[in-house]
Amino acid sequence: MQKLPRWADIVLIPAINLVLALLVSGVVVTFIGQDPLDALAIMVNGAVGSTYGWGYTLYYATNFVFTGLAVAVAFHAKLFNIGGEGQAQLGSLGVALVCLALPWPHWALALPVAVAGGALFGAAWAAVPAYLQAKRGSHIVITTIMFNFIASALLVYLLVDTLKAPGMAPETARFPEGARLPTARDLLALVGVPFSRTPLNVSFLVALLSCWLVWLMLWRTRLGYEIRAFGQSEPAARYAGISPVRITMIAMLISGALAGLMAVNAVMGEQERLIQDNVLGAGFVGIAVALMGRSHPVGVLLAAILFGALYQGGAELEFETSVPREMVVVIQALVILFTGALDGMIRSPLERAFLRYNRKPVAHAAAE
Amino acid sequence: MTFLDVIQIFDSTIRLATPLLLACLAGLFSERSGVFDIGLEGKMLVSAFFSAAVAAVTGSVWIGLAAGIAASMAFSLIHGIASITFRGDQLISGVAINFLAAGMTVLIAQDWFQQGSRTPALTGAARFSPIDLPGVEALSGVPLLGPLYAQALSGHTILVYVGLLMVPATWYILFRTRFGLRLRAVGENPGAVDTAGISVARLRFSAVLICGFLCGLAGSYLATGLAAGFTQDMTAGRGFIALAALIFAKWRPWYALGSCLLFGFLQAVSNRYSTLDLGIVEIPNAFVLALPYILTVVILAGFVGRAVPPRAGGEPYVKER
Repeated sequence: MQKLPRWADIVLIPAINLVLALLVSGVVVTFIGQDPLDALAIMVNGAVGSTYGWGYTLYYATNFVFTGLAVAVAFHAKLFNIGGEGQAQLGSLGVALVCLALPWPHWALALPVAVAGGALFGAAWAAVPAYLQAKRGSHIVITTIMFNFIASALLVYLLVDTLKAPGMAPETARFPEGARLPTARDLLALVGVPFSRTPLNVSFLVALLSCWLVWLMLWRTRLGYEIRAFGQSEPAARYAGISPVRITMIAMLISGALAGLMAVNAVMGEQERLIQDNVLGAGFVGIAVALMGRSHPVGVLLAAILFGALYQGGAELEFETSVPREMVVVIQALVILFTGALDGMIRSPLERAFLRYNRKPVAHAAAE
Repeated sequence: MTFLDVIQIFDSTIRLATPLLLACLAGLFSERSGVFDIGLEGKMLVSAFFSAAVAAVTGSVWIGLAAGIAASMAFSLIHGIASITFRGDQLISGVAINFLAAGMTVLIAQDWFQQGSRTPALTGAARFSPIDLPGVEALSGVPLLGPLYAQALSGHTILVYVGLLMVPATWYILFRTRFGLRLRAVGENPGAVDTAGISVARLRFSAVLICGFLCGLAGSYLATGLAAGFTQDMTAGRGFIALAALIFAKWRPWYALGSCLLFGFLQAVSNRYSTLDLGIVEIPNAFVLALPYILTVVILAGFVGRAVPPRAGGEPYVKER
């Protein structure tokens, strides 16, 4: 039985949770001596008040779409992939290797290969935890956490040793000119629209495409049905002849590949070389984004834009006031807490309220 | 490698293992009661901040310690309310707690001290000072053992010894008291405990609060014993190494001591040598640092010494109606 109407589940509850998270954040801001409404105004204005703000907001959002989709796909198979961070780091390695391998003549040639490289490396990094979960029953949350740390150690090692370019900094050489992705400014200039210089690049379109493909995969293919069935009830899925090992592996490989794709935006699109901290927590933001977006690609896209705006707004807030940008981390934590862990706190009373509200008309109808 | 090197590595192993050990035992209490806790890192961090901040303001490390423990236990309470009372996802709650700590500590540090997300450096009574164990003088004449005792075992701060004493204490509480029996039972089969008329929620809350207390000690040691003040993200993944040590120890107190000493040793070695030259092969530093995580994955994979977690771990308890 559906306890809640659909709109309440996908709009009302996330909205209440977001408002709660923002209210608590507002209390925190007040506590450190700032006016929360002022802070909110600065953040909103900084994030969406100019093409510069929009550029950064959507650039961050692109990262979060990839990591959010990664967490969401795994959620559908009832797997909690907390390793988006490590998978994205490996993805960055794949993208960097592709970009450095050839003197690419044009970005349109480099992009598909870089996409493949990022996805392949990200998926490979998810493969081991997935296999251990499927075959050995090792808890995927713990193994993916461990793989995050192993990934960062691996990257540190490669960047101070094998892949390091001459010079002081532990980073690779700059990618060739032909591997530079066109920015939104370049693309919009072609049609005569002025846009600020921001790192927003053509990967944003890749992110949108990924959203659509994930939706298509989850709700329009047999595989997606199997993933969702497995996530709903493993015994039922097993009874229907769905192999748990196969679904666990495939769902995690797709998840890892999506996380790896983030590097196309961040490494190829912005940094244009491989540096140590290239993911900067985006893998973890993906958790908040997937929870907020109810694991649906459209929800993920909207939540990613929201978090992109928060990150950009937070940077502006730090610039204009004494509130450090870690304010965003607090908001993010509260969103995860309210939408993820404290979901029952809002849901149960709401369900009861809807049940009471819906019962009355039925009673009337019966009386007549 | 001289004898002095050995002593120094042994000494720093003990210092680096202490926060791991305290956090590991913290996780042991929580997970044995069936509440997974990946928020050890966050609780340590929040305790590190509050103990350093309050010690800096009051000038007393003991008040700082109390503040750190209180902050850590408050975070435990959030975890308990989310995962026990509202039956939320324990893992997601842990993730939230880590972020909350990472953000809040910087925010409050900046507001209180304006020194770029750190506390002022602690000096004098605001830090724990080393204490000498009895018998240092008497043993000083003994070759090998004397210097080892005097320099590696003795001369740590009180929290190091508290950490070491917590191992037998944890063992005693869990395996020799009624409370411990019930606590382990609630992690394996909460239904049975409930049938016996014992409150599952109360037991789990007490386990989670003990976890907060121990994480508080761990964080406080980081900021007032190991270091002299709080810096941003100073836990640097120690909460996760402690989690790894807990799995490596198969959720047992004495094994936890062993795994924490091993992981502390690995940290000590990687701090001291940039590459480890074993004659035949050179081991890069990054590999030594990643070794705790790799070992944990191997253990989890169950190819050597399978680790079986408490059976009811991670699942909220729903009373049958």
